[in-house]
Amino acid sequence: MHPAGTIGRRQATGMVLGALAGAAMPARAAPPKRTLSVAAFPLVDEVIRAALPKWRQMHPDVEVEVVSRQYADHHTAMTTALSTSVYLPDVMALESGYVGRFSFGGGLENLSQAPYRADRLRDRFVPYAYASSLDTRGDVVAVPTDIGPGTMLYREDLLAKAGLSESDLGQSWESYVAAGRKLKAASGAYLIGSAQSIKDILIRTGLEPGQGLYFDRDSNVLVTSPRFVRAFEMAREVRRDRLDARVNEWSNEWAEGFRRGTLATVLSGAWMAGQMANWVAPDTRGLWRAGQLPGPTFVSYGGTFYSIPRRALPAQKAIAWDMIQLLTLDPELQLAAFKSQDAFPALLSTHDAPFFNEPLPFLGGQKARLLWRDAARRITATPEHKQNNFADEVIGTELDNVLDRGKTIGAALADAAQLLQRRAHR
Amino acid sequence: MRLPPSLRLSPRWAPYVLISPFLVLFAIFGVFPLGFSLYLGFMSWEPTSGLDAMRYVGLENFAFALEDAWFWKAMKNTGWLALMSGVPQHLVAIPLAAFIHASFKRLRDGVIGAYFVPYITSTVAIAILFSSLFSTDYGLINAGLKSAFGIENIDWLGQPQYVKPSIAIIVFWRYVGFNVVLYLAALQTIPKDLYEAATMDGAGRFQQFWYITLPGLRPMIFFGVTLSVIGGLQLFEEPFILTGGKGGPDQSGMTAAVYLYRMAFDFNDFGGASAMSWLLFAVVALLTWVTNRLLRPREGST
Repeated sequence: MHPAGTIGRRQATGMVLGALAGAAMPARAAPPKRTLSVAAFPLVDEVIRAALPKWRQMHPDVEVEVVSRQYADHHTAMTTALSTSVYLPDVMALESGYVGRFSFGGGLENLSQAPYRADRLRDRFVPYAYASSLDTRGDVVAVPTDIGPGTMLYREDLLAKAGLSESDLGQSWESYVAAGRKLKAASGAYLIGSAQSIKDILIRTGLEPGQGLYFDRDSNVLVTSPRFVRAFEMAREVRRDRLDARVNEWSNEWAEGFRRGTLATVLSGAWMAGQMANWVAPDTRGLWRAGQLPGPTFVSYGGTFYSIPRRALPAQKAIAWDMIQLLTLDPELQLAAFKSQDAFPALLSTHDAPFFNEPLPFLGGQKARLLWRDAARRITATPEHKQNNFADEVIGTELDNVLDRGKTIGAALADAAQLLQRRAHR
Repeated sequence: MRLPPSLRLSPRWAPYVLISPFLVLFAIFGVFPLGFSLYLGFMSWEPTSGLDAMRYVGLENFAFALEDAWFWKAMKNTGWLALMSGVPQHLVAIPLAAFIHASFKRLRDGVIGAYFVPYITSTVAIAILFSSLFSTDYGLINAGLKSAFGIENIDWLGQPQYVKPSIAIIVFWRYVGFNVVLYLAALQTIPKDLYEAATMDGAGRFQQFWYITLPGLRPMIFFGVTLSVIGGLQLFEEPFILTGGKGGPDQSGMTAAVYLYRMAFDFNDFGGASAMSWLLFAVVALLTWVTNRLLRPREGST
């Protein structure tokens, strides 16, 4: 995108004028200075900028240009850049779902091959993060930087009001729902924002090794399996007993529910604690605690990776790889990003830092990072499928049909399976 | 300063040079994307692998689209919205234009302007404004319905059965003024003496409207309805913004245009999306032809 020795705008104008006048003007070349472009989205861009002082010490001759776009715009721009090979950045940050999606194409550089040999880094990362960075052939196409281990945050004061303890809530999904009924009776608070979130976790649990979420390796549709039936039943039970507030995640009503204490638990990534403390409900500080997801269940809520586009300028790739190593393998920078942006590090060597032992004031002084560290190591990666995005939506819609319009679970899942079957091999 | 003769434009070429900016832009932003999407319609393409990853699949994408339940769902949504937002536009705009034409003299331009403003306002601003009007608990629309008819709060954008009406209301509101302006322009071409003669013959205001105004407006009705058919079938911005780019609960606000955008950018299927866009084009062309047959001013009739 910005190769060394690009002609500047002024020089170009000078050349055109020169040509018009019929007299060539000598174009004076600027001293060659290389530029490395890194495309990212908010918060990740901050992490990259924070790494720049260290980068300048390593490569004083290489200028870094951080191109930042909003989350969705960034990924649309990366899709377009990869498809046309125009305006490709030298390094791109990708959210985990997009790594899976892009890994079906050949747009990302194979980092297992020389000179990168990223497969050697395997033991340095949280296992599921490394596993998520592989394409269908088992080659590394991205390097993980941060992860989102799943967690349950709950209002300890509301639990106490109902005479419940954390084990009542987290032991199993059945006990989670049973505790929800008591909670509602004692405090009037809803167990959760939306029954959809329960389905989202339950369909991600109990997968056989190598099985995908909606499709298996051979693109057979899995949505009529007991895993989905159970998830739908649990969600329906929660809705029927009016234990969910029927608000969409990230809506105003949802955030208001946390501020007013009408929502007793939230099932999300560990980063949610930071979001709650910073802007969702800072005034509820000290009232929340963290636990493992009911079950206990271990699922991932996103994460960030860095990749090199295969069609990026070959001359830039070595230096792009240097940048990726700095951004993923430097314990100091990883911890700094954890402290400033809640970016839970994928790098295992950071996991013994004293920072993990520090109490979290928002969670009443609980040392929750140790809990999340434990969860992170127990998450297993799920193979992606091209149609996962579509399947997400079909399943969400069918669950709405069950919850709001009384469709039977069998019919809903059969309809979903039919829709997915038609697309499975596209 | 005079340019050297070698750089001067000869009169023979001048028209072509002067018109070329449009032609160049049209070729780049009009013809090329059209051709490329037709080409893509016959290809299977994993976009992130680059342009050379396209694979010819013949009519497979078109066959997929025609058998895709969501494509038909989106087409039905589009048809419903085009009818429910399009028909009232004209049913209201024609009498309204006649009323403004007959009743306003000095305030006329101001009144027309007021109706025309929504048309030139940014869609994004409109959608944001309406999503707050449609808000379940705090929206003016629910507050109004409650105080006037005692109707309980309606979850306009959260329940499938209300999403389409919400969108139709916005589209109607937005384009009715545009149609009023069209019809007002046409009304001025109807000779005044026709009305004078009708008055002499004892025709009432309604009879004048029915036997003079409406037939006189026929060419403009043809034009206005054609625009509504084309615009309605391509409806994208209002439902896209109002439903957060997803089409709303049960995809009830997902028009064909929204769906094919999502096919490409959310579901990564550019081939399928291109095939669908050409199928949509076929429907637009067909319905335009039907409109033409029904409403075209007949030779010698007006």
